[in-house]
Amino acid sequence: MSAVGKLEQAGHHVGESVEQVVDETHAQVAHAETTTGLDHRKLVMWVFIASETIFFAALMATYLVYRGKTPYEEGVGLLDLNVASLNTFILLASSLTMVMSLQAIENKKKGRMIVFLILTTILGLAFLGGQAYEYGKLLQEGISLDTNLFGATFFVLTGFHGSHVAIGVLWIIMLIIRALRGGISEHNHLSVELGGLYWHFVDLVWVVLFTIIYLI
Amino acid sequence: MATNVMTLPRTSEPTGLWSWITTVDHKRIGILYLITAGLFFLIGGIEALIIRTQLAAPNGTLVSPDVYNELFTMHGTTMIFLAVMPLNTGFGNYVVPLMIGARDMAFPRLNAFGYWLFLFGGLLLYSSFFLGGAPNAGWFGYAPMTERAFNPGNGINFWILSLQLLGISSIVGALNFIVTILNMRAPGMTINRLPLFVWGILVTSLLLIFALPSITVALILLLFDRYFGTMFYLPSAQGDPLLWQNLFWFFGHPEVYIMIMPAFGIISEILATYSRKPIFGYAAMAFAFAGISFISFTVWAHHMFATGISPVADIVFAGMSFLVAVPTGIKIFNWLGTIWKGSLRLTTAFLFAAGFIGQFTIGGLSGVMLATVPVDWQITDTYFVVGHLHYVLFAGAILALFAGTYHWFPKMTGKFLNERLGQAHFWLTMIGMILVFLTMHYIGVLGMPRRIYTYAPAQGWDLWNMIETIGAFLVGLGALIFFINILISLRQPKTSQGDPWDGQTLEWATSSPPPVYNFASMIPVSSPRPLWDAKYGAHSEFAGDPKKVDLSGGGTAQVHLPNPSFWPIVLAFGLSFMLVGILFGPETGWLGVPIGVVIMFVGLIGWLAQPAE
Ligand code: HEM
Ligand SMILES: [Cu+2]
Repeated sequence: MSAVGKLEQAGHHVGESVEQVVDETHAQVAHAETTTGLDHRKLVMWVFIASETIFFAALMATYLVYRGKTPYEEGVGLLDLNVASLNTFILLASSLTMVMSLQAIENKKKGRMIVFLILTTILGLAFLGGQAYEYGKLLQEGISLDTNLFGATFFVLTGFHGSHVAIGVLWIIMLIIRALRGGISEHNHLSVELGGLYWHFVDLVWVVLFTIIYLI
Repeated sequence: MATNVMTLPRTSEPTGLWSWITTVDHKRIGILYLITAGLFFLIGGIEALIIRTQLAAPNGTLVSPDVYNELFTMHGTTMIFLAVMPLNTGFGNYVVPLMIGARDMAFPRLNAFGYWLFLFGGLLLYSSFFLGGAPNAGWFGYAPMTERAFNPGNGINFWILSLQLLGISSIVGALNFIVTILNMRAPGMTINRLPLFVWGILVTSLLLIFALPSITVALILLLFDRYFGTMFYLPSAQGDPLLWQNLFWFFGHPEVYIMIMPAFGIISEILATYSRKPIFGYAAMAFAFAGISFISFTVWAHHMFATGISPVADIVFAGMSFLVAVPTGIKIFNWLGTIWKGSLRLTTAFLFAAGFIGQFTIGGLSGVMLATVPVDWQITDTYFVVGHLHYVLFAGAILALFAGTYHWFPKMTGKFLNERLGQAHFWLTMIGMILVFLTMHYIGVLGMPRRIYTYAPAQGWDLWNMIETIGAFLVGLGALIFFINILISLRQPKTSQGDPWDGQTLEWATSSPPPVYNFASMIPVSSPRPLWDAKYGAHSEFAGDPKKVDLSGGGTAQVHLPNPSFWPIVLAFGLSFMLVGILFGPETGWLGVPIGVVIMFVGLIGWLAQPAE
């Protein structure tokens, strides 16, 4: 039996005070082999996010360079601030539920974690729905990719963000399936943490997008 | 001093084609990279020779103007994305885990995935020759020249999508290198004890992570312009061609350092080894790596002086460009310091490394000339630029890669390359290179533009062009001898010990070729040259009698080797299929895209379901 297993058993008898020991031992076991102490997957996630930051920065730079080249009433003026604000709220709320799910599993409440993951999925889908609604409205107004620079930059920028959200939703659904099949436990929830990192990053990007598209 | 850690359940390697398709061993993947990229180097070289034959004399008729455009575009794109970059990745893959005392890369399957993407990307690019014409707008594909309106064929589409595949491959590789180097070092190998080649690969990977997304976006926008009617680069609809140039060169300038940093690392290792001295000024060398990388993100607009960006921008970007000369100069002097008073061995590897110092310096100096705005205005788009870029890429990257091949070939195969053929290769390359590329500077100042398929006689260019072509064929002859040398040497019996060059770093502390698991035990690391310390005593000078060190056997516990996996190639194939589905989307109703996605999904599920060990 592994050290973790033994301590876990001890935990049943001695109660709270051992919990911390378990966590620390667990951390040591999981990370024993790496030089920095960080798990490989966590480190790679951070570096990947750094790279994605440049990706979105380049897309946003493109949007900003072309902002103002399209007359207000054929471009930004057609956007619906209310829908976008609601969408922002939804996405921020989804970040919160994601945090709660991680917290739940850290507190050994797997059922609670699954509930919060499902909530996050629903919120993510709601965001995508809001985006689809906004796209539909713009298309009705006659604005599409090939209408003018506003259409081109708006759809490409928000489209790539939206596809990141969609990938995030798929990711979380896979986490739920994995959890239901027993692949995630209080000692093995790095995958939830990684999904969370990605999800928060995508949310953060939206906050910046929202600012440059709708607020300034 | 060796502390034994383990013995091994699996000592013999599996063989056969299937074992290569499913391999996740960093050494095999490294070899796959080197062989594939070596073949692309050969193809790129043949294209160069056709170009030079066409230009040997005025009014050349060997190829048509259209084919000429395809040739220099494919030559440049091939040399950069299919030769130098993957050759660097190949050496990095093979050598880095060994140098840091690791058993493999951090993500062995991701590593295989990266290789397959590279292979498919290369094949996709070259299939354009048979499927409606190769790309023809130069390696930096300036928009709006690459827009459908001005370039309606399929070539540019192939170019865009294969570069995307190669880009993803590079990102995946870079992520893996970064995590491997940060997380899998032998005990005691702190960041200031990393061998300089590992430093080179680390900073290269960081550059890739931060630079590549910019060209990814540039290409996406171009793709949308060509397929979905956007107008990002179309001046007729208020689009701005400079957007392409900014996005491209924000990647493009760091890209030249992506190609040269591993070369700097190779040269550092080789000079130290064959001088039997520690590298001179290790800390300064490491800082220079970091400094050059950082500055390389602040100079991109020196490629755009001729577009009429503002005088302030001219001054800033010229100034930053001059600044690069400082860390580069530090490197050059430290290399000289390394061989100074060393007990030199003039092996072929050393000769190439020494040749590198002299020739690369010329490339650096002509770079400073080009960063001088008024000079650039005069000679941009002439053969001076072509001369300059080959002096950093050929005299820089390629010489280092040749040197690295002679150096590490015994490690990879257990066999030596023939030194006499090596010397012939070296001298032909040096003489040929100087004839072809140094001459280009002169003829450029005389006014010969780059990217012209022929020229009129009696402008004072004829003699020099003939000399260049002769030089090019000397280089070609050298390369031929090099490839023959490899083939001959592979047929020889294994004669190399684990440590044939009296090496300093850990890759020489195991057998040649190393066992699948690399090391059975590890020695303590207290400097950038742990093996040397173990052989001669810590921090001591070269003194005759080395202690024997072999970490390839012995020990008691078990090693967990990663499972071979079929899924990386499936996932890479699915992704490539999807991109091909986009390429031929309009003709095929975009059917390829969902099919590609399904294949990817299957690959992903298989991948996730398979235990890694
Ligand atoms: C025998 C070796 C080589 C010869 C003779 C050669 C020759 C040439 C020539 C004549 C051109 C100019 C074509 C034109 O502007 O019309 C050219 C362009 C170029 N070469 Fe090479 N080359 C060689 C090796 C390399 C290597 C090793 C690299 C890179 C690692 C390289 C990268 C490039 C690039 C990037 C261009 C610019 C293509 C463009 O204008 O878009 N070449 N080469
Ligand atoms: Cu540059």
